[in-house]
Amino acid sequence: MREFLLSVGYDRWILPVLLALPLIGAAAVLVSGRGASGGDEVATGAAARPRSLATWCFGLEFLLSVGLWWAFDPGTSGWQQRFDVAWIPSWGARFTLGLDGISLMMVLLTTFMMFLASLGSWTSVRQKTAAYYALLLVLTAGMLGVFMALDLFLFYVMWEVMLVPMYFIVGIWGGQRRIYASLKFFIYTMIGSLLMLVGIIYLGLAARDPLAAGVPNFSYDAILSTVHLEPTVAAWLFGAFFLAFAVKVPMFPFHTWLPDAHVEAPTAGSVVLAAIMLKLGTFGFLRLAVPLFPTAAMSPGIRGAILTLAVIGIVYGALVSLVQPDFKKLVAYSSVSHLGFVMLGIFALTVQSVQGALMVMINHGLSTGALFFLIGMIYERRHTRMIAAYGGIAKVVPMFSAILVFVSLSSIGVPGTNGFVGEFLVLLGSYRTYPILAVISATSVIIAAAYLLWAVQRILFNPLDKPENEHVPDLNRRELALLAPILACIVWLGVYPAPVLRRMQPAAEQFVRLVETRLAPPATLSARGR
Amino acid sequence: MLLQHAAATGAHPLSDTVARFVWLLPLLPFVGFVINGLLSLTSAYKAGPSDPSAAHDEAHAAVSHESEEHGAPGDDHHSIARHRSAGLVSLVGPGVLVLAFGLALAIFAAMRGVGEMHAPFVQQYFSWMPVGDLQINAAFQLDQLSMVMVLVITGVGMLIHVFSVGYMQDDPGYPRYFAYLNLFVFFMLVLVLGANYPILFIGWEGVGLCSYLLIGYWFSDKANADAGKKAFIVNRIGDFGFLVAMFMLFANLGTLDFVSVNAAASSLGAGSVLVTVICLFLFLGCAGKSAQIPLYVWLPDAMAGPTPVSALIHAATMVTAGVYLIARSNALFSLAPSASLTVVVVGSVTAIFAASIGLKQWDIKKVLAYSTVSQLGYMFVAVGSGAYVAGMFHLMTHAFFKALLFLGSGSVIYAMHRAYHHTGKHDDAQDMRNMGGLRTYLPITWALMWAATLAIAGVPPFAGFFSKDEILGSLFARHEGSALAQAHFLGIPGNIVILSCYVLGLATAFMTAVYMTRMMLYTFHGPNRTGDREREHLAEAPWVMTGPLVALGILSVVGGWFNLPGIIPAGPVGVLEHWLEPIVGESTLRLTNGAPAEIAHSTELMLIGVAVLIALAGIALAFVRLKPERLVPASASPPEHGVEEVLLNKYYVDELYDAAIVQPIVATSRSLLWRGIDVGLIDGLTRLFLQSKDDDSAPGAVRMGGLLPRSLGWFGSQLQSGQVGTYAWVLVIGMLFVLGAFSFR
Repeated sequence: MREFLLSVGYDRWILPVLLALPLIGAAAVLVSGRGASGGDEVATGAAARPRSLATWCFGLEFLLSVGLWWAFDPGTSGWQQRFDVAWIPSWGARFTLGLDGISLMMVLLTTFMMFLASLGSWTSVRQKTAAYYALLLVLTAGMLGVFMALDLFLFYVMWEVMLVPMYFIVGIWGGQRRIYASLKFFIYTMIGSLLMLVGIIYLGLAARDPLAAGVPNFSYDAILSTVHLEPTVAAWLFGAFFLAFAVKVPMFPFHTWLPDAHVEAPTAGSVVLAAIMLKLGTFGFLRLAVPLFPTAAMSPGIRGAILTLAVIGIVYGALVSLVQPDFKKLVAYSSVSHLGFVMLGIFALTVQSVQGALMVMINHGLSTGALFFLIGMIYERRHTRMIAAYGGIAKVVPMFSAILVFVSLSSIGVPGTNGFVGEFLVLLGSYRTYPILAVISATSVIIAAAYLLWAVQRILFNPLDKPENEHVPDLNRRELALLAPILACIVWLGVYPAPVLRRMQPAAEQFVRLVETRLAPPATLSARGR
Repeated sequence: MLLQHAAATGAHPLSDTVARFVWLLPLLPFVGFVINGLLSLTSAYKAGPSDPSAAHDEAHAAVSHESEEHGAPGDDHHSIARHRSAGLVSLVGPGVLVLAFGLALAIFAAMRGVGEMHAPFVQQYFSWMPVGDLQINAAFQLDQLSMVMVLVITGVGMLIHVFSVGYMQDDPGYPRYFAYLNLFVFFMLVLVLGANYPILFIGWEGVGLCSYLLIGYWFSDKANADAGKKAFIVNRIGDFGFLVAMFMLFANLGTLDFVSVNAAASSLGAGSVLVTVICLFLFLGCAGKSAQIPLYVWLPDAMAGPTPVSALIHAATMVTAGVYLIARSNALFSLAPSASLTVVVVGSVTAIFAASIGLKQWDIKKVLAYSTVSQLGYMFVAVGSGAYVAGMFHLMTHAFFKALLFLGSGSVIYAMHRAYHHTGKHDDAQDMRNMGGLRTYLPITWALMWAATLAIAGVPPFAGFFSKDEILGSLFARHEGSALAQAHFLGIPGNIVILSCYVLGLATAFMTAVYMTRMMLYTFHGPNRTGDREREHLAEAPWVMTGPLVALGILSVVGGWFNLPGIIPAGPVGVLEHWLEPIVGESTLRLTNGAPAEIAHSTELMLIGVAVLIALAGIALAFVRLKPERLVPASASPPEHGVEEVLLNKYYVDELYDAAIVQPIVATSRSLLWRGIDVGLIDGLTRLFLQSKDDDSAPGAVRMGGLLPRSLGWFGSQLQSGQVGTYAWVLVIGMLFVLGAFSFR
């Protein structure tokens, strides 16, 4: 497989093609939707062309990206499939793309989940479908760009490109309070990213080549190797990046935009938010905030504070989930808890905990994505997300119920499913550096079981006592087909995660080593001084 | 799945025998699970319409007329509608267990064939979690200890599967039931065959999952669904302990494989705080799974599941996993005498506590449930005092007689149900006050259950006598000179603790005899209280159910011969002892400080005599004091008061937990964390910034103050205007421009 891919030059063209395809697709979708009358386009049939065109586009995108699995060489660290052209020379910005094990898995997760998200919008988005699918495609390009960018300016542009479509998706196709939710989402993330822009410009100027007439240099590798900052400057810059990413993760106490955005967003919006966009925050820590400013990020005060916030998030998110009457909000708060695990894993800084954090990122994308799909499906049938509105429907919708139970189990980390592998590795690794925090975080396995199983019980089990639930139709074949690949991945990553771990291993090791070596010199010096 | 023998294990004597198919053991029930699960799902699944939101209203009208054939919701417990794939399920479900048991016997024969085996037979399949210096492999290990467990699980499991064919055949969820049951056996085998702690943990949580699914099998009843959920969550508290223990082991030893952990265990330091804490966390896990104080509360509620499930999962196999875990970790526990002593104390206190509750229960299954908790306490006394063989021995005999008791009660309940069904009566088919005199109608069940009762009460020569006697004898022997006697529990010297626990053990034996005899008297003796019309329909269950009872009855009688004590040489002595010696011998010696476990023959005879007398006294007392003829049916019974009320309500522990733990957590989460911090504080600050007066109002009501909010507000209102396509176009073109404009010059 690898030989074939290399023979067609896959390594050289794949990344820019993955970026361009959704954009071309978006334009085509918009064209295909011309002349739609508005109103319920699913019923009138006007939605048929844009949505199938978009789905084909997402499918092709996913198929193309799958080749990366083989084309990527797990044995080496360093960038692969690198693509580099001049872009805006006067600003020193280059169009540089590349992958390591971390971004590889994130790219695959994105193309995979976006394909399913478009399939999942089939009948749930009924108005202005062409614009909707076009935005979804632009969003995809933006997210992929963030994962691939090796130029900080490009990273920033992609970061913004992905925010705007999401804002529209929540604001136009959302629920009752969509304007409030989308504004909250926009303001929270915008403030963070503006600060990041300042930081990026500072870094670009600091890395400029004195011979190149003062043109800034935004190259990630160059900044990483040449820029050495004063501790106070590093701390300020880290702060700027921290805010941008912490909001996105979201870390406690910057998380309150998330429940609102999730609840109001249309199904696919929630799926994309949970499955991919939250990962952009933790990805930002892994790619930028920590490696660029290791001394600041890992200074005892800041590291301790972030770890504390992470652990608070883990327990707090789980406890707040426990009492949510709205199933979607419950899952949203559980995301706060899951992403807390990722932050704990990153800042505990052992190979196991970082690998675990990466696994949690993938797993959360799959499991929580699936949960949001399921909520969307039942919402389409009953038009309510309130847990109390259900009860006993396992009799009526057995397939839906079986899948919901299964996905819930993966979300609470039952071994044999993907959820366990991630949480186990994070906790095992964190115990080596922060035993107390790891033990506190491990209590969330109890609360997680409580909140999800309680919700599952109130929805699926108990007496079927509401007449309006007695004739809810079960999942249709399209819905089944869209969930099946996620279920397969849940089992695969739970039983045989080694191939994924192996691909991420060099990147995770390099992350730990990079940070440790940049922390080490002062320590050895002071040791020698004594 | 790539099957590769590691070089080191390639030379193992078992590698050329049938034992190389050990992976087939769990695979068989897994195949059963897949087949039954697919049958269940495909028969229940009716694909919904392609556009669910549009079709909902029409569907409402379309399907309303077929609701009759589904029966009334929540009533399928009673409705008789045999599943259309029942035949295939009855073949596959028990069939895979028969095959697995056959294979287990073959492997057992092979193990006996190779003679003394000092290293476990390990098969590595693939790398599960390879991360840095962490190497967790999907690997099975076969040794004498796992062999005993495999035989019990597949053997007793097979009998219970066969019984279930009769018991569950008229249940509409028949394939689902067998799917869960097969899945349980799969996980249970993974649990006992896993070659490292994480693989064991897969089985550990997996059996908990199946237990959850099966307790809540009749999920339309809130009580059942509650019970399942409670079991899972309480077990998770224990699993938390298990997880922490694994983290500590890995942080200190760098490995989680049994072989390597056992080899390196002594580097943790004998009697060190570290190894003690590890063992205590492990024991927290055991307390959850094996229902010991303070985590026993889920097991009595677990009786909500079908009765064969109670027999298999909540008596014979799963709940003994904690005992197995300690026996498996004997190298660690023998290094931590104070942790072992804690296990003894918790075990003996649980034993008497549960037995006392069992004295006053009216529900026949509740009596057996508390009896199980109590007997598990005995097993922990054994493994805690380093008598690992005695613990495993009691695990085995208990699996026989308790499975028999549960299946027997199942056959009683089955008969009661049928009788009620015929006349349409809706009384509690499990309340002993509604039974009485069943000896006449269910003579086989009656006789077999008496055999099991004598076994659990400890009357010679039934199975329980030998195993219980060995536990009490070993415990007594530890009170002098052993490492346990020198350790302390909460500052109390070990020898005093051990003697007190011994007394508790005797007292428990007395109570056991009383409550078991009470159960037999109330159920089978005296006049019948079922009702005049119902009585005519009481009858023995079909042979598919009575057959397994007979098999278990034989085992309950002769089970003691698996490990006869030296003092009663009525056959080969100490078979199990000899069999398990390579696994636990060293650890037992370490805990006894090298002293032989034997005590003087005269003392031993005296101890046995006392134990037997106590058991007989308990039975006699029950016969003399309890008057089944004075009982009235449950509906006519007066409420109880005083001690009886406290016992009937299980010392109000559930209420205590609810008030002291559950409610405060929920209330704090709701009012302080969510409404207070999240919505109140954090969003309150956000609102200050946004200058919005009311965020709960409809769109458009976000009132804006500052410049940024105002411009965003305008932006927001534009969203409403319908010019959406324009925005998308702007975005796409902008994006293409940004990406492409300068790229390809």
